[in-house]
Amino acid sequence: MSMEIAIPQPVERENYLNKEYGVWSWLLTTDHKRIALLYLISITFFFFIGGFFALLIRLELLTPAGDLVQADTYNKLFTMHGMVMVFFFLIPSIPAVLGNFLVPLMIGARDLAFPRINLLSWYLYIIGGVMMLHCMLTGGVDTGWTFYAPFSTNYTNTKIVEAGLAIFVAGFSSILTGLNFVVTIHRMRAPGMTWSRLPLFIWAHYATSLIQLLGTPVIAVTIVLVAAERALHLGIFDPRLGGDPLLFQHLFWFYSHPAVYIMILPSMGVVTEIIPCFSRKRVFGYSFIAFSSVAIAVFGFLVWAHHMFVAGMSVYAALVFSLLSYAVAVPSAIKVFNWTATLYKGSIHYDAPMLYAFGFLGLFTIGGLTGLFLSALGINVHVTDTYFVVAHFHYIMVGGAVMGYLGGMHFWWPKISGRLYPEGWARLAALIVFIGFNLTFFPQFLLGYMGMPRRYYDYSHMPEFQVLNVLSTAGATVLGVGYLLPMVYFLWSMRYGKPAPDNPWHAAGLEWMTSSPPTTFNFEKEPVVTWEAYNYEELDAPHPKEVPVAR
Amino acid sequence: MPDSTVAGLHHQEIQHPELLHHFATAEQQRNSASLGMWVFLATELMFFGGLFCAYLIYRHWYFADFAAASKSISMPLGATNTAVLICSSLTVVLAVWAAQTARRTLLLITLAATMLLGLTFLGIKGIEYRQKFVEHHVPGASFSFDHEEIPGHPGQYANPSHAQIFFSLYFVMTGLHALHMIIGLGIFLWLFLMAWNGRFSPEYHTPIEIGGLYWHFVDIVWIYLFPLLYLIDRHA
Repeated sequence: MSMEIAIPQPVERENYLNKEYGVWSWLLTTDHKRIALLYLISITFFFFIGGFFALLIRLELLTPAGDLVQADTYNKLFTMHGMVMVFFFLIPSIPAVLGNFLVPLMIGARDLAFPRINLLSWYLYIIGGVMMLHCMLTGGVDTGWTFYAPFSTNYTNTKIVEAGLAIFVAGFSSILTGLNFVVTIHRMRAPGMTWSRLPLFIWAHYATSLIQLLGTPVIAVTIVLVAAERALHLGIFDPRLGGDPLLFQHLFWFYSHPAVYIMILPSMGVVTEIIPCFSRKRVFGYSFIAFSSVAIAVFGFLVWAHHMFVAGMSVYAALVFSLLSYAVAVPSAIKVFNWTATLYKGSIHYDAPMLYAFGFLGLFTIGGLTGLFLSALGINVHVTDTYFVVAHFHYIMVGGAVMGYLGGMHFWWPKISGRLYPEGWARLAALIVFIGFNLTFFPQFLLGYMGMPRRYYDYSHMPEFQVLNVLSTAGATVLGVGYLLPMVYFLWSMRYGKPAPDNPWHAAGLEWMTSSPPTTFNFEKEPVVTWEAYNYEELDAPHPKEVPVAR
Repeated sequence: MPDSTVAGLHHQEIQHPELLHHFATAEQQRNSASLGMWVFLATELMFFGGLFCAYLIYRHWYFADFAAASKSISMPLGATNTAVLICSSLTVVLAVWAAQTARRTLLLITLAATMLLGLTFLGIKGIEYRQKFVEHHVPGASFSFDHEEIPGHPGQYANPSHAQIFFSLYFVMTGLHALHMIIGLGIFLWLFLMAWNGRFSPEYHTPIEIGGLYWHFVDIVWIYLFPLLYLIDRHA
């Protein structure tokens, strides 16, 4: 302690955090970094709400009998869990927080192209979020997050229209984020920052933005139709009036399947930044990783009907969609192979971000491979609507997307906050998350394969499922601890953490060449890029001695 | 923007007052705004695309009923509205030209004319909606489409449920289009006020260009809506 008193603290440099302090300087900010923090706080809030629902679901399934909640309540729990997690946490998570913070920094711009639209997108998110909260507090929705017609349009008595509008508004926020990224990446790159020098995080966000831009409007119009159908009984989705409920599913999944790639692509982008840094190597196959992001975005739009194999669609269409679903595996595998090749002969450091990246690699691979099981028509029919599907998409959306998100939060936390997080705790948390995750969701693969259907609150006729369900619930508890830990030590580090140097990881990339935290306009003067991305070999090379030039 | 000028000096000797702090040059700012609008229009295309997709499926399934229902909406009024919108696109183009060549009076006249044509369109649309309301063709509890003959098949009547799907799509599609027209009118009112205050010059007229892009897009949607909704089975 006496040391601290003896050495006077140096005056902090001006940065985006300490430039202004008032509430309005945050609520009316157009600085992309401050908006990223606004998003961070809001999505964390919704993450814990969604997590609370998940906890209740897991507690109900601890025993075979439906004893904790009633059937109606259970239906609402998994519906609200899905809606909150998908639309208010996963979709905005990496793009609106890390993307917002990093896209301008990584390309050497002073801000996104449309700072006010960026702020607007946060307000739209908040308006949608408040509507969703109101909807949940006044009754909720019980259709599942997919709100399939005609149950949603004709039968259920829950708040479909309000939840739909909340998602409509939040969707608009997502569109505006995507629009801002596309224009920024096209128009705001610093001199010398060519497309082939862009960090692959940027390529991933570009591909994500394409999906946000082209997919979200379709679910918006689908919601308009559901609301109109519900209010006026139009008959568009009602088979009794000549309408087609399958049309709803086609329109819904046209967005909601690519939406999975909105969640996973940015996470892949994060991992592509972390792995070269902690292997001290240039990323293997730069252009393959870049174009595989775009390929995933494009293929992602062509596979939606694999959610509908048992819904009564044509067998020939199912065949084509099955084949196309396999095609998505190609760019995904390209990425995994390239990451692995990057690790090969690298000098690997096991810091917390890298642990999350490793976790991502393993869990995404399991999630991806079980995706192939599900694209195969025969197996798909067998496991449709079972816990196998639940486990599969949680491996992608939680094991993949959330691991990447946490890895990215740790990697860039020194840049965001100007402080170092406690490394030991962070490694422990990464381990807890990995163990907790697998304990929660691996048993669900087994349950699903044995035939346990999803969305049932009571399995008392099948008591043999209990052991695996108890394991899953235990795992969820461990996972919950793993998620709480980073929140606690991130908050702790903002006050007590060691001040971070500008480039604590000795990482490549423009965002590390400005101060931590950056100033409001990001760079003292506009950077000029003369090097390739991920030039770790150059960065780590011992400084060449002055060789006397022969004269 | 006092703090931006200092940073901006790195890039440019003279700063245009409309140049925002985070852009290096006016050209970059203009290109960004224009690309932003094009990208936004792509999302709009997908938004209407979902509806067109639903329309095409049901039109294919229930062609005869759709033809009967289509016959009950007024083709002359729809055609007039098509002409009105095409004229408004012309005035928008003239407004862009007037801004580029610093003709302030012409700019104000063409912006006002565009708004007037837009209002005319909405007025005619209102008359059509009223007609449908009077005839009980608005989907819902009071909907009725009994004993309406299928064109070309005397003695055969359209299925009211299927006709209701046509009218549902008609109201949703034209209603969302009208909503876009109303937003467009708001944009043009704002442009008119900016022009009134002399904000535009040959160097700075991006808002007119991108506002015009939006207006043209809404026009084009109508160019597709008109034949699809009003002209079913009139190709003979």
